[in-house]
Order: sequence, then structure tokens, then C-alpha cells
Amino acid sequence: MTVRGARKQLWNAVALLLTVIIAFPVFWMVSTAFKPDDQIFALTPTWIPLHPTLAHFGAAIHKPYFWADVKNSLIVVSVTVSIAMVLAFLAAVALAKYRFSGRAIFILLIIGIQALPGAGLIIPLYVVLARYHQVNVLSGVIITYMTFVIPFSVYTLRGFILGIPKDLEEAAMVDGSTRLGAFIKILLPLVAPGLVATSVFAFITIWNEYIFARTLLNDGAKQTLTVWLSYFLGTSRNTDWGALMAASTLTAIPVVIFFLLIQRRIAFGLTSGAVRG
Amino acid sequence: MPYLLILPVIVVMAAILGYPLYSLGRLSLQQYGLFELVQHKGKYIGLDNFRSVLHDQVFWHTLERTIVFTVANVGLTMVIGVLLGLLLVRVSTWVRIALTSALVLVWSMPQVVAVQVWQWMTNYQNGVISYVLTELHFGDYYHHDWYGSTFSQLALVTALIVWGAVPFVAITTYAALSQVPRELIEAAEIDGARAWRVFFDVTVPILKPVLLILTSLSILWDFAVFTQPFLLIGQPHLHPGNYLMGVYLYETGYLGTDFGRGAAISVLMLIVVAVLASFWVRRMVKQDPAT
Repeated sequence: MTVRGARKQLWNAVALLLTVIIAFPVFWMVSTAFKPDDQIFALTPTWIPLHPTLAHFGAAIHKPYFWADVKNSLIVVSVTVSIAMVLAFLAAVALAKYRFSGRAIFILLIIGIQALPGAGLIIPLYVVLARYHQVNVLSGVIITYMTFVIPFSVYTLRGFILGIPKDLEEAAMVDGSTRLGAFIKILLPLVAPGLVATSVFAFITIWNEYIFARTLLNDGAKQTLTVWLSYFLGTSRNTDWGALMAASTLTAIPVVIFFLLIQRRIAFGLTSGAVRG
Repeated sequence: MPYLLILPVIVVMAAILGYPLYSLGRLSLQQYGLFELVQHKGKYIGLDNFRSVLHDQVFWHTLERTIVFTVANVGLTMVIGVLLGLLLVRVSTWVRIALTSALVLVWSMPQVVAVQVWQWMTNYQNGVISYVLTELHFGDYYHHDWYGSTFSQLALVTALIVWGAVPFVAITTYAALSQVPRELIEAAEIDGARAWRVFFDVTVPILKPVLLILTSLSILWDFAVFTQPFLLIGQPHLHPGNYLMGVYLYETGYLGTDFGRGAAISVLMLIVVAVLASFWVRRMVKQDPAT
């Protein structure tokens, strides 16, 4: 074997070892979720459950508020994303296609807002929302999520619109369409993949969000899934690790699926824009 | 026309973000506890909240701890992430697919889920990490309490955060590296003696803009981190001796229901973040395609 070949084999071996280490926690979560209790509590671990059981998944979904909180998460995600996308799309069109005074400041604000840490906004948002009776209701959380989903979406969508060749839109205008008419007829289908990618990314961010949901929603039946999961252990001393790992797996599944669908676009979106993490 | 299009966003953002930010400034100058929350009305006390926070040792210790924590987390994330990115260019295609899949899988884990899994891996009774370390003869970790000291707690939080943040850095670095002309990398590989020269003269300049943005984003995220330390260390074990900025602010302002003081801490934290962010924002605006 040549020196180069040998070196490549070495790098391959290192990379495979790292693959195992990096993926292990995720593997361990799924593996535990399918394991019978005696294997979970044994001192010597069982790596792969040879007789997998679905008992823990049953226990997880029958825990109080699971379905209520899944529903809450879905409501919060869908309402936030649909309102944010409409508003953000309009602003993104303005930014990408028109020059107007105040535009640079607007872009600066859109970028700057994304650098604001969520933790720093918790106190004022809580106090203001309490004043308008928006605590412990989903609408309060939806309002809060808009504060970071809208700027992120404006920025990302503008990027997608800028990426569309100008001649297409000009061709539409020659046909006698108005400028806005040209967008709707020609641009909307072209921007659709960008809209989908941005929506999915907003979906993931909202589905995963924890600090605001935890602060603003106190009632078990009114919480979102991540808050439900964080309270899963409660105060009991005997931890039901199997059920907890099953619940974790269930919480992660929608995100993983969506993430795999748009991962390439996310990498682009995050380096060109940012989202609070 | 353009004003009509951005008007909805401006109105909505002014109401849901502008107004709370204005309230933040006001709250920080008020005494605002549970009583005032119910009354919806605070009492103006001038700069007392700031004075008391700035005279509090807990604030300065927390700030110092958070800075050290941020440097450690960002440093580890960037070094490991970039090394993984460099590794991805050097391996066979099928290995690259395997490693990339693992990275994407980890990247997609929700933070709360990740915390639960790490808690299970490090539990006192039979945590798998203790088992593996003992079996590999790193020492006797049987019934090791990973949450026994402040250092150990924050080290675990660091491990959790770095594990979660490395995929983004690694994959972005790899994407940037794949723009480096293939022949140059190969030349560097063959000509072992000059490999480092080529690395610093060719690879680093290409990576630099991406690395600057990744580093500043990581600083912003890690400085204000909340979910991981709050949940992994866990409420019963949190105390002023292991606070990070986000946790400190939450414990004081929200859980301690001293919203005025919490607001003052938020303002101070936002000032630090604004200084940190100005660099990133300036870069983003400068590289913006249309400004």
C-alpha cells in the first residue's frame, strides 16, 4: 500500500471511531427506549436490545397531558409559522426588489434583533404579557415566538428572492403585468422552495423552544411538548428511564425528519442569517 | 409601495418587541415584585436596582464564570468543529457519509431531549459513561457523582453544549473547504514538508470569513445560554456558586419574582451582548449583497 493510501486508511479509522462516539448518545436514547426494565437497570449495559419492547412508548404516551401538549405544540407552530411567513414574505419582497430610504436601517435592525438573547427578554415579555392576560395561554407564546421568527424569516426569504434571476421578472413586466402582479405570477412558484425551507426551519426552532414556553405556560394541560418532557421525571425518586427515553425519542422524531429534509438549506441560512439558539 | 409591504412587519415588531424592550428599560428603574405584578404598576426607584446589582458579588462572579465558560465552550466547539471539517475532506466517500450523518443527527436533537439523554448517560446508579470509562481503565467511575462539584457540573454542561454545537461548525467548515481547489489540498498532502505552509496560505484564508461568523455566533449563543445549564444541573442543584448569566437572571428575576432587579440584570447582559454582537452585525451588514 502506498503512503497516501495508508494515510487515508488511518483517517478513515479515526473518522469511524469519531462517528461512533458522536452518534452514541442518540443511539443510546433509542436503544434504551426499546429495552425491558431489567436491562435498563442492570449495572452491565446491554448495547442492543435483542427482545425489544414497546412498553415504554405506551407508558410515555399515556402519561398525563402528552396528547394535549402535542396538540399545543402543533397549534403554536402552525399559527406562528403561517402568520410569520405572510408578514415576512411581504417585507422580504420590499427589501429584495425595491430601493427606498430607511432600507439600510431596516436591514440593520433585522440582523441586530437576531443577536438578542432570548434569556434577556424573558423578564419584560413576561411582565408585559401578564399585563394583557397573555400568560398561561397559547396566544402569549405565539406572540413571543413571532419576535424571533419574523426577523429570521424576513432575512432568509430575502436571500431566496435575491437568488431568482431578474430577467424572469422583467419578462413578466413586458407582458404588461404590474410589478406586484409579476411577483405573484412568476416569483411565487420560484420562491416556494425557499418558503418551505424557511417554514420548516421556523417549525424546528419553535418545536424545540424551551425557556419562553416554560415561563409563560404553567398549567400542565397548556404546555408544549418540550416543557412536558422537561417535567417528565417530576419529583419521583425512582426514575423511569425507559419511558423518559421513549418520550425523548418521540419528541425528537418530527424534528429529525424535517431536519434531514432541509439540512442543506439550513447550513446556507444559518451562515447568511442567524436564529437564536 | 415598499413601505406598504414592510409596514405590517414594522407595526407587529414594534408592538411585540419594541414595546417590551421599552418596558425593560422602565422596569429596570422600578421596584417591581409580585405585588406590583398583580397591580400592573411599579414604583420608580431610579438607579437603585443597578446600584444593588453592581454591588453584588454574585453578579461579578457570575459574569466572570460566564466569560470563562464562554471562552472554553467556543474554543472547544471551534477547534473540534474545524478539525472534523478538515477530517471530512480527507476520508473516503462512504466514511464521509457516515460521519456527516452522525453529525446531522446530533445537530437535529432538540436541546431538552439532549439534556435528558445526557442525564441518563451520567446518572449515579448506572450511567453508561461511568461504565465505559471504568472498562477502558480511565479509573474507577463506578457510582461516580458527575454532579458532585461545580467544576464537574459546568464541565458536563460544556460537554453537552460542545457536542450539540460541533456539527454546525464541522459541516459549515467542510462546505467552505470543498471550495478549496482539490489540487492544492492534494499537493499539500503529497508534499508533507510544505503541508502546513499550504494550509496557512491557502486553506485558512478561504476559511477565515466563515470562521469569523461561526465564532461570533457561538460567542453570542454560549454567553446567553440557558436551557442546558438550567436543566442539566437541575433546579435543586442550582445556587449562586454555579450560576451562568442566563440562569442567574432567571433565578433572580422570574423565580425570585424580583422583576425590577431581573430587568436591571437583563439590561446589563444586553449591553455586554450588544458589544459582542456589534462585530458580527457589522460583518453581516458588510457582506450583505445589497447594502
